[in-house]
Amino acid sequence: MRTGSRRSVFRRARGDSPAKRAVIHAVLILACVMSVYPFLRVVSVSLRPSNQLLSTDLALIPPGASLENYRALIFERDFTIWLWNSLVVSAASVLVGLMLAATAAYAFSRWKFPGRRQGLLFLLTTQMIPAGMLLLPIYIMVVRLKLFNTYTGMAIAYSVGSVPFSIWILKGYYDTIPRELEEAALVDGASPLVAFYRVVIPLSTPALAIAGLFSFMTAWNDYMMARVMLQKPNMFTWPVGFQKLMDQFQTAWGQFAAASVLVAIPALALFLYSSKWLVSGMTLGGVKE
Amino acid sequence: MARVYLEHVTKKFGNVVAVNDATLEIKDKEFLILVGPSGCGKSTTLRMVAGLEEVTEGNIYIGDTIVNDIPPKDRDIAMVFQNYALYPHMDVYNNMAFGLKLRKFPRAEIDKRVKEAAAILGIENLLKRKPKELSGGQRQRVALGRAIVREPKVFLMDEPLSNLDAKLRVQMRAELAKLHNRLQTTIIYVTHDQTEAMTMGDRIVVMKDGFIQQVGAPMEIYDHPDNVFVAGFIGSPAMNFLDAVILREDGDLWVDAKSFRVKLPLTRFETVGEYIDKEVIFGIRPEDIDDKDFVPNAPPDRIVTADIDVTEPMGSEVYLYATVGPHSFIARVDARTTARDGSSHQLVFNTDKAHLFDKKTQKAIR
Ligand SMILES: Nc1ncnc2c1ncn2[C@@H]1O[C@H](COP(=O)(O)OP(=O)(O)O)[C@@H](O)[C@H]1O
Ligand SMILES: [Mg+2]
Repeated sequence: MRTGSRRSVFRRARGDSPAKRAVIHAVLILACVMSVYPFLRVVSVSLRPSNQLLSTDLALIPPGASLENYRALIFERDFTIWLWNSLVVSAASVLVGLMLAATAAYAFSRWKFPGRRQGLLFLLTTQMIPAGMLLLPIYIMVVRLKLFNTYTGMAIAYSVGSVPFSIWILKGYYDTIPRELEEAALVDGASPLVAFYRVVIPLSTPALAIAGLFSFMTAWNDYMMARVMLQKPNMFTWPVGFQKLMDQFQTAWGQFAAASVLVAIPALALFLYSSKWLVSGMTLGGVKE
Repeated sequence: MARVYLEHVTKKFGNVVAVNDATLEIKDKEFLILVGPSGCGKSTTLRMVAGLEEVTEGNIYIGDTIVNDIPPKDRDIAMVFQNYALYPHMDVYNNMAFGLKLRKFPRAEIDKRVKEAAAILGIENLLKRKPKELSGGQRQRVALGRAIVREPKVFLMDEPLSNLDAKLRVQMRAELAKLHNRLQTTIIYVTHDQTEAMTMGDRIVVMKDGFIQQVGAPMEIYDHPDNVFVAGFIGSPAMNFLDAVILREDGDLWVDAKSFRVKLPLTRFETVGEYIDKEVIFGIRPEDIDDKDFVPNAPPDRIVTADIDVTEPMGSEVYLYATVGPHSFIARVDARTTARDGSSHQLVFNTDKAHLFDKKTQKAIR
């Protein structure tokens, strides 16, 4: 009786046979293991005492596990400075990028103006230029603007990379928001700008979250741009800083692993936090189609 | 004072002339209906009054001010949209309070107005809900509430009932009329539904292809349509139109439709003079054609024997789809009629209520 009813619940949820479901689950579990295992290995390496670095032991928690690598990394290296620099630069490029993209996308979505189509196409073509090609021109611009070795210069450089993508994402999303909502706000007493940030922006959180995440990850993970633009060690972002862990006589693999674990945390936290904004369907019900 | 005045207003979208030289006065506290088929320029007219579309030519006055260059927020109007346009991210309370907050009303005043409006509309128990948790009828009320709390000079409504089911629509029709009595504000109401136009408004404006066709009280337009379009658009089932010639014989006036003829009242002499022996459009409403069995002393010169194609019993009455020669028409007759599909039946044309139109200009002959 009980199993019967439970089976019917499953049936309703998905019309697949138990065998097929088992296969699907097996594949999913395998994929999970494959993506999580390397990370766990890194955690394991970071916990090893330095005399066991090259051990081939496969235990996740190595014998004699210690937080020595973390301690050394945080107190004997400039790791916290690098992390802070990365956070500031990434947050700034998210902020600058979203502000530029949110307003530009609104114009592309709502107004007809000469060059609108070409503008959108142009933005798309910028995405096809390999990042390496942009290094030199951006370097020259940043130097001329006297923004070399500054947070501002880095934020601008990263925004340039992510804004076109963000504009496309946001424009596509704005297009699905009924114009009547803004018109209702205009009649209710809003200026066009107020209608934009009181009605359109709150309704665009899923797209803003995606664009924001994209901007953040672009800046957070970048090595090339930072390598070229940052010369002062106290301005290094973590990817450049990590280089320092390697280019002495020997690589501090334990610390390297510990650093990798630590830099994953902000990105992970951001993904988890923004997932609540990714819930779509916010616009449902405001207007009747 | 909230008179609205359109002075030779034209709106063009590229080559499309959506509204063509419209001049129209909406009086203070009037419930005015803009009605016409889809695409005739009703919404555009309303949106120009709201300030959501720019005027191409002409002037719009609200009160005594020309508002052409005044943005919507400063026009002191409220609008109810066809799809309601409720803010999906705000609950019902905040949807209604939004306009007052933007205008920096004190918190207590906002609260008072929102609660009052909610009470009028019977939605007090929904204030915490989001729009997506409401039924169509409830959303409709919230949209109205959002307009009411503003206490604007003019209400603009663009087909606010067209997304409701038939029963709710009839109910809301009466409620809106009641609301107008209570609020005593100017309302401009757009609809494509002639029933709404007939039942709700103080005056009706009939539009077609961007042109205003006729302005008047509902019964005035019903009884005295200015042209064939208005005659056919207002009234359901629609007026019958038959091609005919006006004849004068032995001092009598006849409408001759070739396969039958009926006598016109002599009072028509004054107006049809120049049309004698000419082709006209003869219009007669279905309710002005009766079953002879229920008209005692029907004058024989108004009786027509017609073939009945289809009978449509409506309960209180029966629609007869009838043919005589090349002409087809609908008659609305007594429910007790003995006419049956395929039979032939005697009908009486009440030509006192007949409408005659110039064939070329389509204008009423008066
Ligand atoms: N934004 C616009 N751009 C171009 N043409 C429009 C626009 N809005 C309306 N029109 C045209 O203007 C005419 C009147 O439209 P509308 O006022 O919406 O009609 P209605 O509300 O009576 O159905 C139609 O022919 C329509 O296609
Ligand atoms: Mg319309």
